[in-house]
Amino acid sequence: MTQQPPPWGGLPHAYMTPGSSSFAQFLTGQAPELLPGHHVGTLTSGVTADQMRHATTVVATTYPGGVVMAGDRRATMGNVIAQRDIEKVFPADEYSAVAMAGAAGLGVEMIRLFQTELEHYEKIEGSTLSLDGKANRLASLLRSNLAMAMQGLAVVPLFAGFDPDTAEGRIFSYDVTGGRYEEHAFYAVGSGSVFARGALKKLYRDDLSETECVTATIQALYDAADDDSATGGLDLTRRIFPVVAVVTADGYRRLPDADISEIADQVVSARMERPDGPAAPLT
Amino acid sequence: MSIPFYVSPEQLMKDRADFARKGIARGRGLVVVQYADGIAFVSENLHRTLHKISELYDRIAFAAVGRYNEYENLRIAGVRLADMRGYSYDRRDVTGRGLANAYAQTLGTIFSSGAEKPYEVEIFVAEVGDATGDDQIYRLTYQGSVADEHNYAVMGGSTERVEAYLNDHYGEGLDLDAAVRLGVIALGHDTEVSRTIPAEEVEAAVLDRSRNQQRKFRRLSVAAVQRALDSGEPEPDTGSSTPSEPTPESSPESGESDDGTGSGDDTSE
Repeated sequence: MTQQPPPWGGLPHAYMTPGSSSFAQFLTGQAPELLPGHHVGTLTSGVTADQMRHATTVVATTYPGGVVMAGDRRATMGNVIAQRDIEKVFPADEYSAVAMAGAAGLGVEMIRLFQTELEHYEKIEGSTLSLDGKANRLASLLRSNLAMAMQGLAVVPLFAGFDPDTAEGRIFSYDVTGGRYEEHAFYAVGSGSVFARGALKKLYRDDLSETECVTATIQALYDAADDDSATGGLDLTRRIFPVVAVVTADGYRRLPDADISEIADQVVSARMERPDGPAAPLT
Repeated sequence: MSIPFYVSPEQLMKDRADFARKGIARGRGLVVVQYADGIAFVSENLHRTLHKISELYDRIAFAAVGRYNEYENLRIAGVRLADMRGYSYDRRDVTGRGLANAYAQTLGTIFSSGAEKPYEVEIFVAEVGDATGDDQIYRLTYQGSVADEHNYAVMGGSTERVEAYLNDHYGEGLDLDAAVRLGVIALGHDTEVSRTIPAEEVEAAVLDRSRNQQRKFRRLSVAAVQRALDSGEPEPDTGSSTPSEPTPESSPESGESDDGTGSGDDTSE
């Protein structure tokens, strides 16, 4: 008799039951159909590249006091450019940023779930997760999507944030199995990431200022677009430039388009002189 | 074998209401005050980590008095409902009115169902709008009734005196410091002899529409509350209105935080 749930007129019984502070877990129990890619696991064949949007290159770099994250604006479907102004960089919470490459639709859903997860924890517990805790939560969300990755719907996120305990910016990369790896100085994921990392290798110094660091990431995205057909470069005719976010002790801040536009113009005018970009000293 | 006694529904409801009211009145008070840039919540709370005021969603906050385990349960359910709605629809689709309705239904059902005891809680659900006129403050009682409040509202212990003080001293368009100060001083007027509540025992938070982020909820630190209490020297708002209650004041402690303001307008009569 006591096991019968009371007749709730408003909040469902499950909402009033003590449980975990994880939103993903609550969602799995209450509305599993809302989980990213819930139905995809039942597919018998994979989805081909020209049937869905694919997000390309995102980069992150640290500098003293913070971290910069930037993403190009292109989404492709096979050999078609599906979108020129897609956004791949998002605030995860007040002190961290998350970006994704790979299956765009699933990636955006997963990021939405991750954002809700962090905010939900913060509200329920009354305190924020540590930066490592946030990075681990993202890993476990990814791990639950392993079946989709095997169907060719891989999402590869990049996570970066300001760690108040060490007062520095930190970067985490992932693979589709939910493996979590801390990166140092800079990192890039997505189709053009190899070229972006190559560029950053030559451009990065650990004493760059915020603006220099932003310039370095834009140079890296330029180089990625130069050599990877799926990465969008600086679209000068439409004035569409990468989304750049900075996370410092003051929190997440997306740089205004005017600032990016100015840096983009400088980068392009220098490339008019030297198309391969700034030269690094030989020794 | 016992024969069940007949109790009339009127008597049953009255008993349950008395029970809930008594429980709520034991706790300390909480006031909500509208100010120029949003809505301020001020309560007397000796526990620094057991919050009475919390965030539900971007523009929506929750404040409660009464039994901690009961309102904490309601708070968590509200956060879950808000996040679930925001995730499955859109952030803009989470509204204070919707949450207030869910709470009203829940409290009403608990109150009138025979099996359980009624919740000994009273709740504010507030949503900050783009302008003062768009702000919404809902008061939910233990029996599930909803009331729409404006300018200021009080719940908890002895509300009549606190409400009378606010009625005499509230003016529209207060700045944040003035609103917090007004709230703290008003809470101190809950007994015949008014008290001074130190900043360390005040839990305060705001829904600040001028905040640059999506989430408008912000807690005020002890230092911020102290600053608000200290800033009350010139006092244009409360000084000009006519205080109606002659409250004996323990005057000599001029070093104490809100004493200057408290005694200032009381003796001006």
